[in-house]
Amino acid sequence: MPRRRPNPLVRLAISSALALAALLFATPLLWMAATAIRPADQTLDPKVGLLPRMESPDHRTLSPVSPGYWSGVAGAASDNLRAVLSSPTADFPLYIQNSLRVALLSVVGMVLSSSIVAYGLARLRWRGRTAVFILVLATMMMPFTVIMAPQYLLFRNLGWIGTFRPLWVPAWFGGAFSIFLLRQFFLGIPRELDEAARIDGCGHWRTFWLIILPLSKPALAVVALFQFLGSWNDFAGPLVFLNHERMYTVALGLQMYQNQHGGVPWNLVMTASLVATIPVLVVFLLAQRSIVEGVATQGLKD
Amino acid sequence: MQYPPDMPATARRHPDLRPTLRGLAWTSPFLLGTLLFLVVPAAMSFSFSLTDYSLIEPPLSVGLGNYREMLGDPLFWRVVRNTAFFALGSVLLGTPMAIALAALVETRARGSALVRAVIFFPTLVPIVAASIGWMWLYAGEHGLINRLLGRVGIHDAPDWLNDTRTAMPALIVMSLWFIGSPVVIYGAAMRDVPRTLFEAADLDGMGPLTRFRNVTLPMISPAVLFNVVVSVIWALQVFAVPAIMTKGGPNEATNVYALYVYRTAFDYGRMGYASALAWVQLLLTLVLALIVVLGSRRFVFYRN
Repeated sequence: MPRRRPNPLVRLAISSALALAALLFATPLLWMAATAIRPADQTLDPKVGLLPRMESPDHRTLSPVSPGYWSGVAGAASDNLRAVLSSPTADFPLYIQNSLRVALLSVVGMVLSSSIVAYGLARLRWRGRTAVFILVLATMMMPFTVIMAPQYLLFRNLGWIGTFRPLWVPAWFGGAFSIFLLRQFFLGIPRELDEAARIDGCGHWRTFWLIILPLSKPALAVVALFQFLGSWNDFAGPLVFLNHERMYTVALGLQMYQNQHGGVPWNLVMTASLVATIPVLVVFLLAQRSIVEGVATQGLKD
Repeated sequence: MQYPPDMPATARRHPDLRPTLRGLAWTSPFLLGTLLFLVVPAAMSFSFSLTDYSLIEPPLSVGLGNYREMLGDPLFWRVVRNTAFFALGSVLLGTPMAIALAALVETRARGSALVRAVIFFPTLVPIVAASIGWMWLYAGEHGLINRLLGRVGIHDAPDWLNDTRTAMPALIVMSLWFIGSPVVIYGAAMRDVPRTLFEAADLDGMGPLTRFRNVTLPMISPAVLFNVVVSVIWALQVFAVPAIMTKGGPNEATNVYALYVYRTAFDYGRMGYASALAWVQLLLTLVLALIVVLGSRRFVFYRN
């Protein structure tokens, strides 16, 4: 049965509401970007809106459609970027390296361990399977701040404070959200494949490596993406466990940079914030569909 | 069940343990990790919570002293109130807003996929960058919000984050920027509603709003339960945003539970008291997690 076409007034109302929602949600990032492309002397200028004022060499104000305007904007933005990346008080290139190192180590560990655990929950029948799955769900609700102080004591006893280990070793034991996501995916793979493999003489380990994992590349990619984002964005973990500025991640370095400046050169602080955000935006643009679908499955537990 | 004659006699009397051992082996990374990084710290935290421990000197047993101190600690009650206020505010505003936005996106009008992406992306922005961006929006003199208010003639707008009356409401409003995940989850739940129900509602002559109230809302109620409990749990743990944007101020107006635990442990060096605080928080969180698990199990029953 075809749905009735809504009347034009309703359609207009829906379109305007959608546009308003998009505008409200985009404004903070748009305003950050608008600030990051301003020259220092316009940062606090109340007359400057989304686009900065640019002048020609003979001091005439350029309009955004005139030649030379956008190269002026690019110049201001790259001046800001250079100022941030070569800041004497915060070594962002180093922080980016540190963040990538921690993220990479935790992504590899998370994908490997979570898929092993998910196989045990999805493809093996055993007593206690449901109990372990409920434990997975329960730990999903356990945010870091609850156990940060005792974890700090644990890592201190292990001699890990001042190393990157507290930030990536736990990922090698799997994570609740990743296990949950992979379990759902593995459950959807036909069981006949396992049985065929069994007849060919494959044990569980070979079935896992040769059948299940190759078929699960999309789900593994989603887990890797989420772990990358979680690790790159993490603030509390680095704050508690890293005690030396040379080990800071981008998130922690950004907070320190903002603290040092008290936010005053807002154009530079916004540039630094965008430096931390742009890798995330790139990941999102490349994998938007998988990320959104991954989030959607969270609400559909069975 | 018939056992083959060559099966050893013991196998007949005892259930086969091998599948269980195999299952435990496959899930052992997670079980070990939970033991090491959750159960052990929680146990350590409990034993430290019965001591006075400054990290420099060995722990000194004080019995239930830390828990008793909590009851009489005005700052403890302050952060409990602040945290509850934040959680209530962000969940009570965020839930209807997320449902409305999901319904809007699910109209599938032109551009709705893009709008969903725009609504979802903020949840991925590094929390430090998001916090700094919002500090700039809220800035008293030059911030965008007060500039826009000035345009419409309001020149005495507060310095949002530095005013004890507006700081917490400002953080609650900011928390609405992160409702992308609930919007996506509600959207998926709405798409799962069988079309036949809508057709039946149309035949009954329901208008779109009545249909939304009588068909869509009941059908997505399990997702609502899930999101509400998850949001409450997360709101109770809020840490980074007040730590970065207001440092708990002004005058403790935005000091929240997790921030108080952090400061007690790492700024004041009172590991014992911080452990007691964390343990109380852990118990509350476990209770709420249990509600989620029970709620989502009922969901299965409901749908099948």
